[in-house]
Amino acid sequence: MNQYPTWKNLLVLICVIVGIGFALPNFYGEDPALMIAKENGLTFSEQEIKDIDKFLNEDNSAFKSIEGKDGDVLIRFDTVEDQIQASDKVRAFLGRFSTVALSFAPNVPGFIDALDMKPMSLGLDLRGGVYFQFQVDLDAAVQQRLDQYVTDINKELIDQRIRRTIRKEGNSIRIELVNADDFNATRRIVRELDNLLAFENVSTQSQTAVLITMTDDQLKQRRDFAIQQNILTMRNRVNELGVAEPIIQRQGLDRIVVQLPGVQDPTQAERILGATATLEFRLVCENENAFEAEEKGRAPIGCELFNDRAGTPVLLKKKAIVTGNQLIDASQSFSQGRPAVSIRLDSKGSKSMLETTKKNLNKPMAVLFVQQRQETSEQDGAFVNKTILDKEVINIATIRGIFSSQFEITGLTVFEAKDLAILLRAGALAAPIFKIEEKTVGPSLGQDNIDKGFAAILYGLMAVIVFMIMWYKGFGLIANIGLLVNLTFIVAILSMLQASLTLPGIAGIVLTVGMAVDANVLIFERIREEINNGNSPQASISAGYQKAFATITDANVTTLIASLVLFTFGTGPIKGFAITLSIGILTSLFTAIIASRAIVNLVYGGKTIEKLRI
Amino acid sequence: MKTIKFLSIRKFTTIMSIVLILASTFSLMSKGLNLGIDFTGGIQIEISFENAPNIENVRSNLGSGGYDDAIVQNSGSSQDLMVRIPPRDGITNKKVGEDVIGMLQASDNSVTLKSSEYISAQVGEELTEQGGLAMIFALIMIMIYIVFRFQWKFSIGAVLALIHDVMITLGIFSFFQLTFDLSVLAAILAVVGYSLNDTIVIYDRIRENFRSMRTAETLNILNSAITQTIKRTIITSSTTLLVLLSLFVFGGSSLEGFSIALIVGVLIGTYSSIFVASTSIFYLDISTTDLIPVKREEVDDGMP
Repeated sequence: MNQYPTWKNLLVLICVIVGIGFALPNFYGEDPALMIAKENGLTFSEQEIKDIDKFLNEDNSAFKSIEGKDGDVLIRFDTVEDQIQASDKVRAFLGRFSTVALSFAPNVPGFIDALDMKPMSLGLDLRGGVYFQFQVDLDAAVQQRLDQYVTDINKELIDQRIRRTIRKEGNSIRIELVNADDFNATRRIVRELDNLLAFENVSTQSQTAVLITMTDDQLKQRRDFAIQQNILTMRNRVNELGVAEPIIQRQGLDRIVVQLPGVQDPTQAERILGATATLEFRLVCENENAFEAEEKGRAPIGCELFNDRAGTPVLLKKKAIVTGNQLIDASQSFSQGRPAVSIRLDSKGSKSMLETTKKNLNKPMAVLFVQQRQETSEQDGAFVNKTILDKEVINIATIRGIFSSQFEITGLTVFEAKDLAILLRAGALAAPIFKIEEKTVGPSLGQDNIDKGFAAILYGLMAVIVFMIMWYKGFGLIANIGLLVNLTFIVAILSMLQASLTLPGIAGIVLTVGMAVDANVLIFERIREEINNGNSPQASISAGYQKAFATITDANVTTLIASLVLFTFGTGPIKGFAITLSIGILTSLFTAIIASRAIVNLVYGGKTIEKLRI
Repeated sequence: MKTIKFLSIRKFTTIMSIVLILASTFSLMSKGLNLGIDFTGGIQIEISFENAPNIENVRSNLGSGGYDDAIVQNSGSSQDLMVRIPPRDGITNKKVGEDVIGMLQASDNSVTLKSSEYISAQVGEELTEQGGLAMIFALIMIMIYIVFRFQWKFSIGAVLALIHDVMITLGIFSFFQLTFDLSVLAAILAVVGYSLNDTIVIYDRIRENFRSMRTAETLNILNSAITQTIKRTIITSSTTLLVLLSLFVFGGSSLEGFSIALIVGVLIGTYSSIFVASTSIFYLDISTTDLIPVKREEVDDGMP
């Protein structure tokens, strides 16, 4: 009696071994590290790695080791301070064709690394870093698309000499035709442009008019596109910043959450994430008086009035030679000791630049710095976010030679040049974003939280272990083994899922430790009862497990319901807690019912026991 | 084992529970909860001083700078402070944060920033709504499960016990004006899970006893079920309380509210599963017939 078949024992054994295996990487700890990757997927050669090694040694930078890893370079450090100091130096040493990212390298021996097993990934509150939540202005994205439609439709109408007035009305475009005979031609133009647009005849007796509306599907598509595009752009920008393991994900309908572990300066991160800076190149209106135009508040025909950085008015041609979306690459450099940005243009931009410079030798050309700025103001008690477009002349230079795709501009500060280079490389945001939440956790606080959480688990565990042995003697020992196996399983599953462990997550583990023995308590109390009822020890063990089973299931399913609700509704800290609690409940069922039974069977099964000490 | 007559004091415990719930409701209505910035929006910064600062001085320092609504409290050690300021009209949270740090650093240059958090009021409102929804949704799901596994009287008893636990825990947080943030909300939902666990174990035994002690009186059945499970109730509550105490002592300031909510909740939850959950089904007139499935006879009277 009370014997498991061999396969069941083996199953338990295999589960435990696999669990220990996956939990193993967590015991070795992590080193602060730098990951250096080359752009465009190129790899570092042995010689280059040696060069970096030499540079760091000559610089007296403290580091633990340097190694090549899958074509990238991994440098390990003893402390975070060393790592941060070295990162700036290495960045300067390697220049712009490599990205240097702060990260943590698990300190695992080779065989674990080869199996690609990873330790639990730590959340921001344990590792330190910055957290943002952004709201995406989806209305703006829709309006941009409508503006594009208006421009495209209008262009066609002009080409076909159809006289009309065209304007936006909310989410629709209204076209009023002077000549009713143009109705069919108009419809054809709209159909050709986009067959899915809703085309509605809203003519009255005196007026032929149509209303063009984006369908719900199109609106949804447009909004999804804006969010996806924004996430992509923000990811590119974060990569340019050099952050290892960033998390950038959509949340709800119109939110984006960004987590940047290791980043300590939220201001720079936010500036880069939310920025929309770009450049525009224009010719100067030479024969006009800019001061006069400023006084009159009106620019001459074909010209537009701007200010330079000193506030002096400047008149520029309305037509741009090159606009922001024709810039494809940029990097920060120095030109005669001043910070500069090297620019590369796409083919269309190059062609336009080539023609302009050819025709306008020795004439002045201006560089406009274009930036969207988010401003929050109060209106009737509610806060309204507005996007403001700032255009500022940063530089006017005489065209000294003919150039096309590649050139350099000056007139920016080092920071602006750096940021601009990042922004131009990473692409533009498809819709404006507004920050609604920000959290920064310092690295020392992170370590502090890890230490405290670990202490709480350790002392809680010890208290429970002592309590169980005092109360149940040998059976208490079995419950304790189950408890330890349970903890191992939780760590193993968290490592497998790579879900981030947060402080509330640790709290969930602690709570599980306290509650996990419950199933064993139920079973052991039942066994005691059976013995008190005069049953034999073996029969009591069997009946105890059997009778407690339904109770354990009911009790745990209800707790599981509560924690799944937490998981569904919760965000951030609540979710972290719910994940570990749910995993803990499930694993405790396995350890308390199946694993503890296996041990009980091994110890007591198939023997004649006179008296059961429990 | 001798059956202990737990429910003989049911009048006393019922009155006590009602009084506690009324007191909690009163406190919640008059004092309200001391909501953290998770719910209100605003800023929260954690700073650390070289020498333990005088909190009153810090408070008056911020007050003279126009932040007299700042909440200043120790976090963890005497050198560490947490400052919380509700959102301002017209000024961004970020600006307020920088202002406050500047002010503190001007008076003591050893001040270092440990963490900062800025939340817009909008996010706070949504979280409050989500939290409420989560609670209601959890209760409904649990009710359904119990109706399905037991019977509707049990379901009402269990949910009454849960409401009892949640209300009193909230009442205690309101009465002592402890900070109520997201992690406390999570803790209260965990209390719901825990207390339910306890209740189900007793209900399970009651159901079993109704089947095995068919002739016994209802009160006797309930009392013996509680007696048979009381040891387990005490042991499980003890181990849970042990780890929660460990979390309270060693877990640091950010888990303090969380552990208090759970410690209070586990104590009340243990009490409620014995007295509230069992007493409720007694008052609902639970009987053997509620638990023994009645076979319905299909009658075909031949009518169209």
